[in-house]
Amino acid sequence: MRLSQTSPEQVEVYRFNWLVASLVPALAIFFQAFIPVRLHFVSIFDFPLLVTIFFGVARRNPVSGLFTGCIIGLVQDSLTHHPLGVYGIAKTVVGFGASSLGAKLDVENAASRFLVTYGFYLLHQFLYFSVQRVLVREMMNWSWSHELLAGLANALAAVVLFALLDRFKQRI
Amino acid sequence: MENVLSRHRNLSVLAAVLVAQVLGLAIQIRSTNPEQTRLIRIWAISAVTPIERLIVHSQGGLYGIWHNYLYLRGVRQENRDLKAEIERLRLQQVRLNEDASQARRLQVLLGFRERYSIQTLPAQVIGSGGSEQSRVVYLDKGGKDGLKPQMAVITSSGVVGKILQVYSSTAQVLLINDQSSGLGAILESSHTSGSDTSNNQAPNSQALNNQAPNSQAPNPQIPTPQQGRVHGIVSGSPAGETMLEKVLLGEDVQPGDRVLTSGGDGIFPKGLPVGTVIKVSQADSFLKIRLHPSADLSRLEEVLVIMKLEDVAPPATDVAGSQRAVDVLAARLPGVPAKTDLSQETPDGQKKPDTTAAPAPDSVPAPTGPQNASSSRPQNSGPLPVPEAQHGKTLKPEIFKPAAAVANPAGNGPQ
Repeated sequence: MRLSQTSPEQVEVYRFNWLVASLVPALAIFFQAFIPVRLHFVSIFDFPLLVTIFFGVARRNPVSGLFTGCIIGLVQDSLTHHPLGVYGIAKTVVGFGASSLGAKLDVENAASRFLVTYGFYLLHQFLYFSVQRVLVREMMNWSWSHELLAGLANALAAVVLFALLDRFKQRI
Repeated sequence: MENVLSRHRNLSVLAAVLVAQVLGLAIQIRSTNPEQTRLIRIWAISAVTPIERLIVHSQGGLYGIWHNYLYLRGVRQENRDLKAEIERLRLQQVRLNEDASQARRLQVLLGFRERYSIQTLPAQVIGSGGSEQSRVVYLDKGGKDGLKPQMAVITSSGVVGKILQVYSSTAQVLLINDQSSGLGAILESSHTSGSDTSNNQAPNSQALNNQAPNSQAPNPQIPTPQQGRVHGIVSGSPAGETMLEKVLLGEDVQPGDRVLTSGGDGIFPKGLPVGTVIKVSQADSFLKIRLHPSADLSRLEEVLVIMKLEDVAPPATDVAGSQRAVDVLAARLPGVPAKTDLSQETPDGQKKPDTTAAPAPDSVPAPTGPQNASSSRPQNSGPLPVPEAQHGKTLKPEIFKPAAAVANPAGNGPQ
């Protein structure tokens, strides 16, 4: 497993075609809204979160990462019946964290991607529940078993999804 | 200051974006007007739902071509089975029609008004909220089709939820297993401890019919007016389970009990199936009751939106039938004196001495009001509820005449 600290010069920074950068998050949100109606178990995955992490880690630019997370989160919020900003705040922090981490660590291999996604999934859920409970004042139950299992499922999905999305990377 | 900001540029941007979102969140929570964020929501929904609609409809079209034109294996046998089923249902319908007309007559007499759904619109589920914490689905019908917020959404199996937001061509439905949902519900049957809950027949006249004459034991399926049915609120748990809440600890609720809409929330008509109790446990001063929803909320495809509910009393013409409902009911209740008094017969048909001294119908003095009516009834007659006391209606005294006398003026006695 390679999860080594690297100097900024060693880290490769990628960019994406604007079509890919806009279409992939849109597709992720679409799948998140559409597939669970037919296949209920798919609701355990958070495709918009995985895409946020992927773009954050690949671009390695914290400002771009936080804005990507913010926009994806707000769009996701607008499909729910909750106030706008709950997913927005959680994904903003995750986008910022993923791009900051990507700038310091090499997270290109499957194992490191699995661990990073697992960690960010738990962070995202913690932030989401905190915002819901503290700011929105909505009763939410935290279930460790559910969150740990969902984290595992998302981390495994991330390994496959990131490998697919790697094809769209363009080296700067 | 500028140096600090430029040195920690990334963190400053993060803080600014977070503060902006927290402020936006605070404004939305404080405001009671949900229209503030409507524009952003419309953009997002307009981007997602047309594609969803296209996929769902083309999927439906392909499925229709396959099933209606290509895959017709077994259709002949199915047709025969369905014809047999129709015959069986016709027979059942005759019996139910009788029960229904009797119920209508009773309702008119009691001044009963109920909300009936008189118009529904079928709609297709095209998408979801995309979150485990927000259990909403989107329909392919919207404001253009006449949908409005707070309309009830059901399937043939049971209640699904209510419309929360309406957009021009789509509508957001809050499912009953969302934790912010709330639906007035009652248990279909109230029973004493240990009663059989497997029989889920509605407590209708058929159940009354099945009572043995002179039986003083109450039918466990029929709550007395004093007993009432258990009321509660159906809501969702954070894990997405459907729960019946606000039921006090003392109530007798058992797994297998069916839960229906109470109609008290003003959204759902009374009597729609909500779910079945699968687990009952104690929590604080209320019972924690888990339900299995009647409608499969995880596989919703086609739903019905109740477009119009109306408070209607049953048609008064029904009352003008040959026999009044009260008479029918009284004839079915035990202990009503008649020329040939049933109470004087033993189960094997032998006469026994009259101990209650019930007067013969032609010797009953004409009552002058409900008080007299009730006092003239024999002691062993069943607990016939007095409508006047409960509903404040003035009923004609002859209603309280012995049933046999009214139903059979010739004096042949009940058959």
